[in-house]
Amino acid sequence: MKRIATSLVALGLMTGAALAETAPGDIQFDEYGAVEASLTGTPGNPDEGRKIMTTKSMGNCVSCHEAVAYADVPFPGNIGPILDGAGSRWSEGELRGLVANAKMTFEGTVMPAFYKVDGFIRPGDAYTGKAAPADLPPILSAQQVEDVVAYLMTLKDE
Amino acid sequence: ALAITMPAFADENAELVINGEIPIVTKTAAPAHLEGALDEIMSGWVFRSDETQAMEMDDFDNPAMLFVEEAMVAFETPMGSEGKSCADCHDGPESLANVRPTYPKWNDAKEQVYNIQMQVNDCLTERMGAEKEKYDSQLMKNYLALLASVARGTPVNVAIDGPAQPMWEKGKEMYYTRYGQLELSCASCHEQNYGNWIRADHLSQGQVNGFPVYRLKDTKLTSAQGRFKGCVRDTRAETFKPGSEEFLALELYVASRGNGLSVEGPSVRN
Ligand code: HEC
Ligand code: HEC
Ligand code: HEC
Repeated sequence: MKRIATSLVALGLMTGAALAETAPGDIQFDEYGAVEASLTGTPGNPDEGRKIMTTKSMGNCVSCHEAVAYADVPFPGNIGPILDGAGSRWSEGELRGLVANAKMTFEGTVMPAFYKVDGFIRPGDAYTGKAAPADLPPILSAQQVEDVVAYLMTLKDE
Repeated sequence: ALAITMPAFADENAELVINGEIPIVTKTAAPAHLEGALDEIMSGWVFRSDETQAMEMDDFDNPAMLFVEEAMVAFETPMGSEGKSCADCHDGPESLANVRPTYPKWNDAKEQVYNIQMQVNDCLTERMGAEKEKYDSQLMKNYLALLASVARGTPVNVAIDGPAQPMWEKGKEMYYTRYGQLELSCASCHEQNYGNWIRADHLSQGQVNGFPVYRLKDTKLTSAQGRFKGCVRDTRAETFKPGSEEFLALELYVASRGNGLSVEGPSVRN
């Protein structure tokens, strides 16, 4: 008991900033699947967001979505809609909800939830094929979600 | 410039005739049990690039045929304490031409669903006094290639009723289960999105009529269950083991989704 208390204190000291983050389990979706509040309170970095979306080991959104905005990235997939104009079609809160868990917006969609840690069937440890660790991290961190949302917001209609 | 950066598109209307003499049905009406899911079933060959498609049209260009030749030699080589070869009991691999189209199937004596690997292992251990082969050993995959090659052109015809039905139902349930952190089922990719691109991969219907396949990417033969393992892993899931009861059920179910397509293996894929 004492050990738990001490380590909680230590955790609080070390990750003072991170404690302001909304944990995957505490995220509030409205009835249309939007998430109004920032997950971190720190504004997202659109350049970082673009990188996350187009890098295989990160968000890898490009495996399913094309966009003229990142036409330099080879072999985009076409499972999902073309993302140009997403920042005009959707509000920031709607985009945050879509990235965190698109199933709250589109029931049954094939689009994965990027900020979710439980409720999976046979979750794995990334792409190793092995069982997930008990504290399975979300695919994207809270700040990475904010970065992706910031980039999507730049994808305005001409 | 565009032509260089785009992945090679497949000719989805090409027709497959192997060695100029074995016509292969690569597209046909879906079996009745797929009503509401698919109207037409298609071999994975349809979705491959022109170059990859061409490699399967002639045995001299098909790298998997080397393994068929190796299996021919093994077929005639005595193994195990009984000193017997497959050829001592089976009148050439052609006498087993009905195996590949109909497996996995119910084995009455063993009272369970059997796939080809299980059957071959029974012959090895119970009839030849030899060691059983590992599920995905080279020799085992070579036998699979041989048994497929003698059945090319024959329609897949896997039974889904009778005693195999509970296993088939289990496989069907797995097919539609959304595994892993990406929450994707086989159907998410191979039923809802075949013909679409997932990054540089052109999604097929994930049929197994072409198995075993020779994958150019890793220059070796892959069994159906070996492929399933990779696909489940790619959903960020804890995968199942080739040779497991689960994958056997899935193999039976997926095979039945191809009822009517020709056996085409050993085939060539990227
Ligand atoms: C496995 C495929 C897949 C992946 C990976 C994926 N998406 Fe999607 N996405 C879809 C599909 C399909 C839809 C359409 C929703 C529906 O009808 O199911 C969609 C919809 C969207 C939409 C709304 C569509 C619009 O423009 O009107 C946005 C925005 C979006 N995705 C962003 C992302 C981002 C950002 C990522 C990565 C962090 C991502 N997606 C990863 C499949 C995917
Ligand atoms: C000593 C005899 C013997 C040897 C040696 C033998 N088999 Fe068999 N095999 C059988 C018998 C008996 C059956 C069962 C026949 C039946 O079910 O109708 C069988 C069945 C099979 C079947 C399934 C046939 C079907 O129609 O379902 C396959 C495939 C097979 N053997 C492959 C092999 C291979 C490959 C080898 C060599 C590694 C081999 N066998 C060696 C006797 C043998
Ligand atoms: C994330 C997407 C995805 C999921 C989910 C998925 N697959 Fe695949 N699968 C692929 C890709 C990509 C390929 C290679 C291109 C192709 O043939 O479709 C492939 C290939 C295959 C092939 C080889 C087809 C051939 O002709 O060579 C089979 C069989 C297959 N998948 C079965 C399955 C089964 C069974 C499941 C469910 C356990 C499954 N897949 C889940 C993406 C997926």
